Order: sequence, then structure tokens, then C-alpha cells
Amino acid sequence: MRMILNRLLQAVLVAFTVGLLTFIMIRLLPGDVAYRIAAGRYGYDVVDSAAAAKVAAELDLNRPAIEAFGLWLYDLVRLDLGTSLVSGEPVWDELVMQLGHTLQLAVSAILLSLLIGPLLGILAGLNRGGFLDRGLMLVSTALRALPQFVVGLGLIVIFGLMLNLLPTAGHAHGSHLVLPAFTLALGLAAVSAQVARDAMAEVAQSQFYRFARTKGLPEWQVFRRHGLRNVAVPIVTYLGVQFIYLVEGVVVVETLFAWPGIGHALVHAIFGRDVPVIQGAALVMGLMFVVLNAAVDGFCYIIDPRRRDA
Amino acid sequence: MFRNLMAGVAVSLLLANSSVFAAEDRVVDVVAPFEITGLDPAKSGDVFLRMRIVETLVEADAQGNPVPALAKQWTVSEDGKTWTFTLQPNVRFHDGSALMAEAVASALNIARAKPGLLSKAPIEAITAEGEAVVKITLSKPFAPLLPFLAESRAQILAPASYAGADVKSIIGSGPFKLTKLEAPQSLAVERFDGYWGAKPEIEQARYLSVSRAETRALMAESGDADYVFNLDPASRTRLAKSDKVKLISVSIPRSVLIKLNAGHAFLSDVKAREALSLAIDREGLATAILRYPAAATQLFPPSLGIWHDASLSPLSYDPEKAEGLLASLGWKKGADGILVKDGKRFALTLTTYPDRPELPLLAAVLQEQWKEIGVEVTINSTNSSEIPARHQNGTLELGLMARNFALVPDPIGTMLSDYGPTGGDWGAMNWTNASFQQALDGLTRIADASQGETLRHQAVAAIQADLPVIPVAWYQQTVAVSPKLEKAAIDPFERTFGLETMRWGK
Repeated sequence: MRMILNRLLQAVLVAFTVGLLTFIMIRLLPGDVAYRIAAGRYGYDVVDSAAAAKVAAELDLNRPAIEAFGLWLYDLVRLDLGTSLVSGEPVWDELVMQLGHTLQLAVSAILLSLLIGPLLGILAGLNRGGFLDRGLMLVSTALRALPQFVVGLGLIVIFGLMLNLLPTAGHAHGSHLVLPAFTLALGLAAVSAQVARDAMAEVAQSQFYRFARTKGLPEWQVFRRHGLRNVAVPIVTYLGVQFIYLVEGVVVVETLFAWPGIGHALVHAIFGRDVPVIQGAALVMGLMFVVLNAAVDGFCYIIDPRRRDA
Repeated sequence: MFRNLMAGVAVSLLLANSSVFAAEDRVVDVVAPFEITGLDPAKSGDVFLRMRIVETLVEADAQGNPVPALAKQWTVSEDGKTWTFTLQPNVRFHDGSALMAEAVASALNIARAKPGLLSKAPIEAITAEGEAVVKITLSKPFAPLLPFLAESRAQILAPASYAGADVKSIIGSGPFKLTKLEAPQSLAVERFDGYWGAKPEIEQARYLSVSRAETRALMAESGDADYVFNLDPASRTRLAKSDKVKLISVSIPRSVLIKLNAGHAFLSDVKAREALSLAIDREGLATAILRYPAAATQLFPPSLGIWHDASLSPLSYDPEKAEGLLASLGWKKGADGILVKDGKRFALTLTTYPDRPELPLLAAVLQEQWKEIGVEVTINSTNSSEIPARHQNGTLELGLMARNFALVPDPIGTMLSDYGPTGGDWGAMNWTNASFQQALDGLTRIADASQGETLRHQAVAAIQADLPVIPVAWYQQTVAVSPKLEKAAIDPFERTFGLETMRWGK
């Protein structure tokens, strides 16, 4: 109960901070806001001072900053995110659609990464110093160091161009999900493989694990009864930390693969100085972070019985 | 628990793999950078026009001359103030309703209340006369009305599309009808069997907005897209060597220009502006940075047939002559090689913006080339809004920009707003030329073709001689087309992707 209250308080703080920070940062961006909005709406080629002045008057852009921020906060309390300055659609409607696409991508990436990372990590941890262990170290370090942009392009070149197995970009078919999800998953898996490998190596060294072996249990049973839960806790906990990587990753990956999610929308909103959309998207991404972390906590609570007693 | 997760992933992967890949089907996949920012024609009307979902009263031929579209014919009154348009018979919108004069007048009246060229025409009233005639009354003669009516923002939608002045759905009359719209990224169309004109052979097409140029090029190369619009220089060079796609290029009426403040003490003499122009090695610049031979010899490229003047003597590269001109104005080289006059260094700020990534690169090369003749330039690569803003407050010295002259097939509208008597945000600054103004004024009044040509040449020659802006390069538009598509083309006026004329190879 207390945990839920804490999380709620955290969510409110995140909402306020994200709102304040995005607001300040947008104000600090160079260039005239009215010009950018007019360019976002009507295209660069028809934007002149007259069009910008019209936009400024329509949106009341010249009012003081503090007043504008107050209005935004007031709307937020009423759960009204306003309407997009560029498309004129309610921000909430746009976000719901984009969030669906982003969640689809993010969840697929997490599941894929859990399939790849921990499995390889555990195998490597069971045979410390082996061929798999050393190879995994090299590959996962390389993958984590490469920007997602490069990994994504590499995957497109391999699977889209050379093998011609998967479509390169777009969102018309389910198959379009594979490459972007895989790009994100590789980055996540690189870390969870390392975590799983270290955890497994440590568990395998422990006395209880060795005892289980000594008493003659088959290897699989030893792992299932004494290894799995112990290894799962750090992996799931680390997943929570990695959501930051995921949030930054969707922005890059969605743009690269033309995936119509919230990260893609955020980039375009920044170019068009579409303040309500920027604030809305940042808010939703911030809250998503809180929710996912809460889910990780809950998960650990289920896996690790020691926490229940505490 | 892991087993459940794994099963979930496996199922989702299987599902994903079982679906059919794009581009193997008979759907033309068009990919371009333009986002669909809204239904309103003032916002993304160009996408609906390019996909041929909607039509305008007037179209353009390959040279940019007005030709009939929804208007079958038109006449103009003797005083040039009343235009009468007769509509094509038997035109139906995609919802089955017939095209009526009332609907056309209403659509145009809504359009001219929003941003766009039509709002800048001296229109007094647009009214319907009976079922098939639309009358436009002007406060003064205005010959460019025809190209203005061809602008995508002046598209004609069915009455059911509107709720007041707001557009709530796209019901056009074009050869393709909209079947799916997922703003801001994609839409799908299918052939409209009730189309009044020549029926296209293509049955279905999709449009996808992809903002990254690398992704677009890869989509073309992998066969995921059949018609890819706007390639970056590096991808173009790479794709040119590939046999998986065909490349089609055309120079478009978008020019790289240097805007000069002709009221600035250093630049007020035309000799100084000419010197800056002579110091630019345009061919080297275009080949090195834009990677195509696109050196501008005058304001408009040859693809803009009616405004390009082949007889005009081209802008040339002659740094020695440039130095001579500056010397004749009393500038002398100082110790560091920079020109000095009356104790002032010939130092200027060049404002540009990175929205078009080639502009700051071009600026850097210009900086070097001008240094050769003793002109020191500081580059300020900032927000694109700074050029209009500094134009308005008078502080702009030099501005490097890209300007699209073909919002409509005849750039007269852009010329009026950029080079009118008071200059324009994206055009002349503190510059007037009587012969030019007279020509422009004549062009708004005179509809006669041969007289128009003389006046256009007079206007272009005045800009060439006076250099209120220095043309640097002409952009080239490149599309990558699947070899399976026949008769694919590229429209220099960017009004269509050509779906209505292309077909699948046998």
C-alpha cells in the first residue's frame, strides 16, 4: 500500500518536473516560435513574417512565460493536455495512438531481449572463461557501445538488403516490427547478458549450489530449483535501470524505421515547436518510466520471497 | 515463467513472419519525406494532390503553362477583372455526388480565407452561376490567377468534406480515392472507377512518410518501396551503381540564393554585388557539395521553361575581374589580405540555417572563395526564422537560403511577394529597379502569352544585372523507381508522383 502511494507521489513529481523542464528548454531554443509553428503547419515555403504574425496572434504566443506555464499546469490538473499547435488535433488522441505503437515496439524489444540476453548469459556463467563466455563479452560490449542508429542500419543492410528477409521500414505489416524491435532488443540483451552471466557465475560458485550438485541432482534440476530465482532477481532489477535506454532508444529507432510512435512524434514536435505535444509526449514517457519501474518492483516482490518478509 | 515468456515471443515472431511482405504485391509503395500534418488542404494538401486524390480547377503542362483540369475552359472579361470558368461535365466526387459550381465556389472561398497563395490574390468574390459556371471577380486585373488556382491549397473537395471551414474528410474527385489514412505517416488509395478523365492502370497505392533520407534509400534498394522521392547526395551516388533501382532526376525550380542587403554601405553599389557573384566558383561548389552539375547561370533552371531565358549571358566565375571591380570602388588590400576602405574592413556576416544540411557546407565554401578576393565573412548558422526576422529589422547583411519558386507552376506569385517594391522576407532587401517593377506589374495585368514572355525575360534580366540576390545553384530532384514500374516520371513542379500514368511491367 505504502509502495503504491510512494509511486503515485513519484508520478506527480515526475509530471511536474518534466513539464517544467520541457517548458524551460523550449523557451531556450533559438529562433522564433511562431515561425517554426507556421513552418510545421504550412511548410517552409509559404512561411513569411505575415504568416508567423498570424500564428502568434492566433495562439497568443506573446503572453508572459509564467502565465503560459500556469495555464498548462491548470489544464494538466484537469487532465487536459490541450491541442496540437500544428495539426489542431487533441494531444491526448494523438498520444494514445502513438503510445500504442511505442508500447508494441517496447514490449516486443523487452521480450526479445529476455529471450536472448539471460539465456546466453546463464550459459556463459555456467562455463566461466569458456569460449561462449569470452565471445559474449566481446559482442555484448561492442553492441552496447555502438549507437542504436548504427545497429539499426546494420540490421537493415543485413536482413533487408543482403538476405532480403525482412522489410526495411514502415508499419503496414507485423513483419515491420521485427527489425526495430530487434535493434532495441540487442542493446538491452547486451546488458542483461552481462548481468545474468555475473549472477549465474556467482550462484554457481555458492555453497548451496555446489551442495545441490554434490547430492546428485541432475544439472537442469539444480538450475531450476536453486539457480533460476537467484539469477532472475538481478536481471529483472537491472531491467528497470535499462528502461532509460529504452526511452532514449525509441526516439532514435522510431525515426530510423519510420515507426509511428511517440518518440518519432516527439522529434517532429520539437522541430515544429509544438509545445503541447512535446510536453504531452515527455510527460507520457516520464510516467511510462515510473509505471515500468513499479512493475519491476512488483515482479521482484513475486520472485524473491525474502522481500515479502521484510 | 521464462517458458511462458519464450512461448509468447515465439508466437509473436511466427505471426510476424507469416504476413506477406510489401512490394511483392501489386500495390505501388510511394515513399517521401512529407508528413501528413492534417486534413486541411492548407497543411498537407500537396500530399493529397501528389497522390491524385484531389484535383484543382487548373493544371500545368510540362512547361508550366496552365491547362484545363476541373475547369474545362475559361474566359476573362475585357477589363481583366472577371474570370468565368466552365466546369467539366459528368465529374463525380468519390462519395458519388456530382461536381457543382456551388461546391467549387464554396471550396475556393474556404481556401482563400486560409494561408496560401489564393489569399494573396486581389479577389473580391467567387460565386456560382448556375450548375456549371464559376465566376471570380477581382478588384484589379490579375493574370497569375490561373497558376494560383493550380496550387494544391486551392483543391476542390466535395461539400460533405467540410464542417464549416474545417475539413473533416478528404473526398476528392481525382483518379484515386482515399481508402485509409493514418496521419501523420501513411495513407492508402485505390483507383476510382467513376473518374471522369483517363483511367489509370495502377489499381492500388500506398504512401508512407519517411523522414530519414538513409532509410528512404535503403527502402528503395531492398525493394520495399517502388517510388522513392527525394534522395540525399550520398545515397544517390550509391544507388546509381545499383541495378535494383532506376534513378530519374530533374532540376527543379528551387534555387540556392544569396540574399544581399542592398541598403548596406558595402553592398549598395551593384559593382560590389557583382564582385561577390564573380568570386563564386559555382560549378566546383555544386559538384563538390550537391554532387550534381547544378551551377546556376541565372535565377531559374531550364525546367522552368517559361521563366528561363536561354539567351541571357550566364553568371560566371572570374575572381580577377571581381578584384578589379572592388578596387574601382576604392577598396585596398590590408596586411592580412582583407580589403579596407576608410579604415573599415570588408567584413560581413552570412546568415544561414541547417534545416537543409547542405547550406552550412555551401556557406563554408563561399567563405573561402570570398576570402580569395579579400572579403571576410563570418558564418552564422542559426534558425531559419532569423533570415525573415533580420530582414524585418534591417540587420541582415548576407543570407544563404534555398527558395522554392514553384509552389504553383508559374512562380509569378513568389516573385511578387519576394521582389515587390518593398522586397520580401525570402527575396530582395532594400532594392528597387524600375524596369523590373514595370515588368512585374505588366505580368499581373497582361494574359497574352508572347507579351508575357517578353516581360518575364525583362524581369529576369533586371535581376541578373542588379543582383538583389545572387543565384548559386539549382536543386535537382531525384527519385528511385522500381524497375518493375513502367512509365514512372518525375514532375519538376512536384504536383504528382505520376501514379495516374505509370503501370506495372509485364
